[in-house]
Amino acid sequence: MRLTKMTTRISALLAACALIFTFVNPPASRADSKPHIMTATTDLAALAQEVGGEKVDVESIARGYQDPHFVEAKPSFLLKLRHADLLIVVGLELEIGWLPPLISQSTNPKIQVGAPGYFDASRFAKILEIPTGQVTRAEGDVHPLGNPHYWLDPENGLRIAKGIQNKLSEMRSGDSTYFAQRYDSFEQRLKQADEKWLAEMKPYAGRKIVTYHRSWPNFAEHFHLDVVGYVEPRPGIPPSPQHTVELIGQMKRDGVKVIVVEPYFDLKTPNAIARDTGAQVVVLMPSVGGEKEITDYFKLFDYDIAKLKQAFDTTK
Amino acid sequence: MKRFSAVSLVVLFSVSAYAQEKPSISGKQDVSPAGAATIAPEEVRIRALEEQVRTLAEEVALLRGELKTIRDTKSADPATGSRLLLASTRMEPGVLPSSTPSTVAPVPAPEPQIAQTQTYGGATSNAKLLNPDISLIGDFIGTAGRNTISPSRSLELHESEVGLQAIIDPYARADAFISFGEEGVNVEEGYITFTSLPAGLLLKVGKMRAEFGKVNTIHNHALPFIDRPLVTNNLVGGEDGIDDAGISLSRFLPAPKNWFLQGTAQVFRGDSSDVFTANRRQDASVVGHLRLYRDLGESTNLDLGASYARGHNNAGVATTFDPANFLTNLYSADATLRWKPLRRAIYHSFLLRNEFFWSARDQLSPLNVFQTQHAFGLYSDAEYRVNRRWTVGGRFDRSGRATNASLTDTGFSGILTYWPSEFSQIRGQYRYGHLWDVPNDRFTNANEFLFQFLFVMGAHGAHPF
Repeated sequence: MRLTKMTTRISALLAACALIFTFVNPPASRADSKPHIMTATTDLAALAQEVGGEKVDVESIARGYQDPHFVEAKPSFLLKLRHADLLIVVGLELEIGWLPPLISQSTNPKIQVGAPGYFDASRFAKILEIPTGQVTRAEGDVHPLGNPHYWLDPENGLRIAKGIQNKLSEMRSGDSTYFAQRYDSFEQRLKQADEKWLAEMKPYAGRKIVTYHRSWPNFAEHFHLDVVGYVEPRPGIPPSPQHTVELIGQMKRDGVKVIVVEPYFDLKTPNAIARDTGAQVVVLMPSVGGEKEITDYFKLFDYDIAKLKQAFDTTK
Repeated sequence: MKRFSAVSLVVLFSVSAYAQEKPSISGKQDVSPAGAATIAPEEVRIRALEEQVRTLAEEVALLRGELKTIRDTKSADPATGSRLLLASTRMEPGVLPSSTPSTVAPVPAPEPQIAQTQTYGGATSNAKLLNPDISLIGDFIGTAGRNTISPSRSLELHESEVGLQAIIDPYARADAFISFGEEGVNVEEGYITFTSLPAGLLLKVGKMRAEFGKVNTIHNHALPFIDRPLVTNNLVGGEDGIDDAGISLSRFLPAPKNWFLQGTAQVFRGDSSDVFTANRRQDASVVGHLRLYRDLGESTNLDLGASYARGHNNAGVATTFDPANFLTNLYSADATLRWKPLRRAIYHSFLLRNEFFWSARDQLSPLNVFQTQHAFGLYSDAEYRVNRRWTVGGRFDRSGRATNASLTDTGFSGILTYWPSEFSQIRGQYRYGHLWDVPNDRFTNANEFLFQFLFVMGAHGAHPF
């Protein structure tokens, strides 16, 4: 007798909950509108925008001046993710500290890992620094799948854009010609711009630099720079006095005159190193939106190359 | 199956073709296949595919050659050899075979995964790729000082928590946290989450920490203090809290623009520490939770919650009363203010959290009269990240006792935390308590110093928010 009473009570409660949940919020139908693309970082948003043009809505979770390793999994992102048709991620475990809970709580089947709306850009890019042999955290916060800062090479930008073009054409086959045209235009413009950038950087080919974090291997490879050391003793480990002393010695020996720092790192140690070695600290933007004027993928390289040139010229 | 393998092989190679085909932005004018899209799209596609097949054939020949040379020179330096090959083809063994992008060829993503594993054949080694993410968090606690009310051990490996997390299938993921303590093993949580349900529903089934307030949902190692607040111990089941086998259903609810509102309804068996006891099968407990959140700016946000829990307790057991009549109703409200400037997120942050609890517990008075004890408790916690490695914090505690609301314990703590890296943590806590001493019928003071070493091995877990 009691048992049935209790069971009915529980089922009534559950039913009530389900009812409330389904009643109050009929899912907004967005089928006919533009595909809504969420990206983990601003660079991927910029690339998606290049290809998607006005036929897509694009928004990034992280800001351009934010450390992409340490984004907070705020519930406000869930509101955006739950309506996304496509989620573009950097991958290689860059977002491992914050994106997985956002994806699983988004209640959006389209963007779950492995679903058609989950797009890992790293699969299209050339990846550097893939560790071989034993990988341990004695080397700091290593990324076992390779360095995730791969978007800082225009060639990778192009590869990712191509991937996005294919994905968008698959999602909206009616607009595939439009996306193909957008991609072609982007390719053409990027190749032109890259010629210009390479020409601008040519006089500095082979220059040795030190960077704060290992964010620049792809950039350095493309523009023929030589990264000889890092302010961080190991990825993700804050600077230590001993390592700083060693780095200063190395910089003096190798004649390194430029220290590249990402906008989200403290400048105290880099400045101290610069004072000791006569080098110059230059804050380069690893991402679109790092500064207000960096509004797209082209301006990102424009900005960084201008800053670098200036630094190389003044420290000759 | 064979066809799958073939298809996946093609996909595979086309990926490598992608990776290798340096778009050579500078100089050369190799028009990409999709370049001349102004003609009929089908024709372009066919031409593109033809082009791709040709490149693939060349690619295969090239790779074969490369493989041969590597085999020949294997003795010389296998490491660098394989690295070169891997780097150029982008199919390093660390990446799941599913990395084949479904965009390159119209093949659904999960299929190549199956085909791939079988192509390679070496089930023993490839099976590892499907292992869950495994982590172990060690939590070592030491205590010094005087506490006659609730003394803890001087030194203990308080808990070793093994976490196993994996995506189960296209529809669900699962998380299990097994904690090995000084007294035994306990499945702290083990549940499956269905992520692809219609109507925006999120369903969790298994054993889990109930969505009751904030601190109840947080695992020991993720707490901003070494112990748990007094109120948790007095009113909400102590360290394990409300942690039970059950079903949880949650959903985003409509809210004003820029507000986030989530409702959660949970049904549990009704056995949680000393809070709830299911004397009979139908004594299930229920938990309801509402969470309201808003960004006050890009660095500041406000997080509010209200929770309710109801279940049976053990006060009526072995008495002349019907145990079914003894219920515990719990209410809680929580408010959290967070500040974290995005440009300096790893150096500075601030968190202020208040949680209030009300307990209404049916029990027998000393004179054997049925009564309901209404107890109230709260804690207030503030923490500030001073720099990349140091955090200071403080907590104020005040709570009545669930079985005797007239007895109110008070306390405060000062907490200092040091992070050598993201994967280890050293913490010290000074704790003062003004606690009721039941046997002696008076208040007594407890002054203690606690210290803790936490270490994380294995998979990189998500940062708590």
